[in-house]
Amino acid sequence: MRKNLNVIAAYSIMMGLIILVGIFQSWNIALSIFNLCLISAVMTMGANIQWGYAGLINFGIMGYTALGGLAAVLISVNPVQEAWSAGGLNILFSLFFIIGMVLAVRYVLKKYEKSKTRTYIIAAIIILGIIIIRFVSEPGIEAIEEVDPAKTGFLGGFGLPIIFSWIVGALFAGGLAFVIGKVALGLRADYLAIATLLISEIVIAIIKHEDWLTRGVKNVIGLKRPAPYEVNLQQTDWFINLVEKFNSSKLNLISDFAERQAALNQFVIEGSSIFVKLCYSGLFLVVVIILLILTQKALYSPWGRMMRAIRDNEEAANAMGKNVVKQHLLIFVLGSAIVGIAGAMLVTQDGLFTPGSYRPMRYTFLIWVMVIVGGSGNNFGAILGGFVVWFLWIESAPIGLYLVNLTTAGLHDTHFLKVHLIESVPYFRFLMMGAGLLLIMRYRPKGILPEKIEIK
Amino acid sequence: MDFLNAITLLLNYIFVPALAYGSQLALGAIFVTLIYGILRFANFATGDMMSFGTMFTILFTWYFQSIGIGLGVLPTALLAIPFAVIFMIGYMLLIDKFVFKYYRVSKSPPVQLAMVSIGVMFVTQAVVRIIIGPSDRRFFDGEKFLIRAGEFKDMTGLNEGLAIKSTQVITILVTVILVSTLFWFLNKTKTGKSMRAYSDNEDLALLSGIDPKKIVMITWIIAGILATIGGALYGLDKSFKPFTYFNNMLPIFAAAIVGGIGNPFGAFLGGYVIAFSEILLTYAYKKFFMYVLPESMEPDGLVQLLSTDYKFAVSFSILVIVLLYRPSGIFKGKVL
Repeated sequence: MRKNLNVIAAYSIMMGLIILVGIFQSWNIALSIFNLCLISAVMTMGANIQWGYAGLINFGIMGYTALGGLAAVLISVNPVQEAWSAGGLNILFSLFFIIGMVLAVRYVLKKYEKSKTRTYIIAAIIILGIIIIRFVSEPGIEAIEEVDPAKTGFLGGFGLPIIFSWIVGALFAGGLAFVIGKVALGLRADYLAIATLLISEIVIAIIKHEDWLTRGVKNVIGLKRPAPYEVNLQQTDWFINLVEKFNSSKLNLISDFAERQAALNQFVIEGSSIFVKLCYSGLFLVVVIILLILTQKALYSPWGRMMRAIRDNEEAANAMGKNVVKQHLLIFVLGSAIVGIAGAMLVTQDGLFTPGSYRPMRYTFLIWVMVIVGGSGNNFGAILGGFVVWFLWIESAPIGLYLVNLTTAGLHDTHFLKVHLIESVPYFRFLMMGAGLLLIMRYRPKGILPEKIEIK
Repeated sequence: MDFLNAITLLLNYIFVPALAYGSQLALGAIFVTLIYGILRFANFATGDMMSFGTMFTILFTWYFQSIGIGLGVLPTALLAIPFAVIFMIGYMLLIDKFVFKYYRVSKSPPVQLAMVSIGVMFVTQAVVRIIIGPSDRRFFDGEKFLIRAGEFKDMTGLNEGLAIKSTQVITILVTVILVSTLFWFLNKTKTGKSMRAYSDNEDLALLSGIDPKKIVMITWIIAGILATIGGALYGLDKSFKPFTYFNNMLPIFAAAIVGGIGNPFGAFLGGYVIAFSEILLTYAYKKFFMYVLPESMEPDGLVQLLSTDYKFAVSFSILVIVLLYRPSGIFKGKVL
C-alpha cells in the first residue's frame, strides 16, 4: 500500500481537479474533459507500450487514430446501395488487383535472390499495377462520388453497431503498423520517427481526398451511438422520475406547480446530456481498465522482461537468442492497435468523422507529451499523463485568459497589447505544453510517476 | 514550334518552380544536417524555427514599410532579413543555453535530445502564434515578375508563356551565394575545418584542441542564418503560415536524409531531388502531350501520376527507397 501512495495521491489530485471543474464550471464540461482524458489515456497506453516498454519512437499516432476513426465510419454507417451498384464492382476489382500486386511482389521477393533484375521486376510490377488499378478504379470512383454528393457520395459502411468498430479500428491500425514495421523498423530511432511522421501524413492525405471511401473533407456526421439519445431520454418516464428523485430537495423548495414543472424540465435537459456522457464514461472506463490489466500483466510477464532487456541493451538481448526484429514488430503492432481503439472511441464519442481535424500537434505530439510527462514505462504514469495534459490542454485557455488579465490589469481595455494578447489566448496552451515538457525532461526526466521495476 | 511550346511549358510549370522550391528546401536541409552532424540530434523544431525567423523578417518589413524605407523594385524583406537574422541567432543561442546545453554536457542519447526539440517546437510555435497569429500572410512588395507570361509570348511568338517571378530569381540567387559562402567557410577556413572535424570524430577533435563551445556556437549561428533566410525566401515566394512551415519539416527532413545526413552538400542536392520529384510526379502532363503527340494520340485524362494532395507520399517513397538501397544517403553521410 505504502509504495503505491504516490500513485493514489496523484490520481486523487487529478480527480479532485476534475470535480472542481464540475463544481465551478459545470458537470457537463467536467464529464467531457473526463471522457477525453480516458480516450487520451488509451492513446498514451499505446504509445507507452512502444516507447516505454520497447524504446520505439512512433510519431505516427495521428495516422492510427484516424484509421480507428475510419473504422468507426465503415462499420456503423449504412451501406449506400446506389453507390455500390454504380461503382462497387470497379472498387472490388481494384482491391483484388492490389492484393494480386502485393502477392506478386512477395512471390518475386521470396523466389529470387537479391539482384538488380529483381529490383527492376518489382518496380515494373508496381508501376504496371498502379496503372491498371487507376484504369479500373477511376470510372468507379467517379460514379460513386456522383451519387447524391450532398448526402452520400461514398460507399458507406456495413451498418453494424458502432461498438464493433473499436475492434476493427484496432485491426486496421495494427495492419498498417505491420506494413510500416516491415519497412521501417530496421531504421535507427530518429529515422523511424521521421518515417512514421511522414506515413501518418500520407494516411491523413488519403482519408481526406479519397471521397468514395470517407467523404473526405465533406465529413461524415450523425454516426450511430452506443448510448441513448438526449431527446429520447427527455421523454422517458423512468429517466424523468430519476431526475426528480435526484433533485427532490431543490424541487421541494418550489411550491408553485408550473414553476416546479419548468424547473424539472430544465433539470431533465441538463441531466440527459450528463447521463449520455456518463454512459460513454462507463464504456471508456471499461476499455481503459481492461487494457490496464492486460498491459500490467504483460509488463511483469517474462515477455515484458524480455522487452525491457531489448530496450536497455539490444545487442545483449540479441546475443541471448531473443529475436529483436520480431519482438519490435510485435510491439509496434500492439501499440498501434491500442491507438486505433482510441481513434474509434473518439469518433464514437463525437458522433462525427472530420478528416480535416487530424493535426499532428494534437494527435501525435500531444500524446508524446502525455507519455513523457506522465512517466514512460509506467502504465499508471502514462494514464496519469493523459489526464493531466488533457486537463491542462482544455483548461489552459481560461488559465491563460486569467493570467493575461492579471498581467495587463494596468492597461486600458482597448490597449492594443491587451486586445492582441486576449485574442491569442488559445495559443498559450502550446506554450504551456512546451514549457511543461521541457521542465519535466530537465528536472524529472522519468516523469511524474517514474517507471518502477519490482522483481516478483 | 510545338516542341518549343512543350519545352516552355515544362520550364514554366516544372523547372523554374522546382528550382525555387528546391532552393528553399535545400537551405532547410542544410540546417537540419548541420544540427545533426555537429550537435547530433534530429531537430524536430526545424519548421517552427524557420517560421520564427520569417516572423521577424515580416515584423521588420512592416516596420520599414511604415517608416517608408524600401528597395524599389526589390522586396523590402531583403532589407529586413539581416535584422531578423540577428534576432534569430539570439533566439537560437538562448535556446541552446537554457535547453540543449544541459543535455549535451550530460551526454544524453540523441533520442532524448530529439524529444527535447519537440518541447522547443511547442514553445516556438506558441510564441510565433502569439506574436503574429496563425493566419496566412503575404509580405511581398516590389516588382512581382521578371518576365511576364504575356511579354514572353509577344517576344517569342510562342503559344505558351514563361513567367518568371522575381521571388524565384531572388531565391535562387540568394541560395547560390549563401551556399557557396557556406561551403567555402566549411572547406577553407580554420573554423570550418574544425567544425567538420568535430562532426567526424568528436573525441579526436577535442584531443587536437578544438574548442567545443565555439563549434556549437558557430553551428547555431549558421543554423540561425540558414533558417531565417530559408524561411523568409519560402514566405516571399509563397506565403507565410505557421502551420505550412511546420509541415515543411517533412520534405526538409526527407531531403537531408536522401542527401546523406550530416553531409551539407548532400543536403543541398537532396533539396532539389525532393522538389523536382514532388513537382514532376504531381504535374498534369495533358497539355505537354497535346504539343508533343500528334492529334490522334492526344490523351483524355490529365495524365497526372499523383494528385497534388499526395505530395508527402513522394517524399516518403524517395526516403524509403533511399533508405532501403543506400542507408547512408545518395552522398555518403553518416551510416545510421
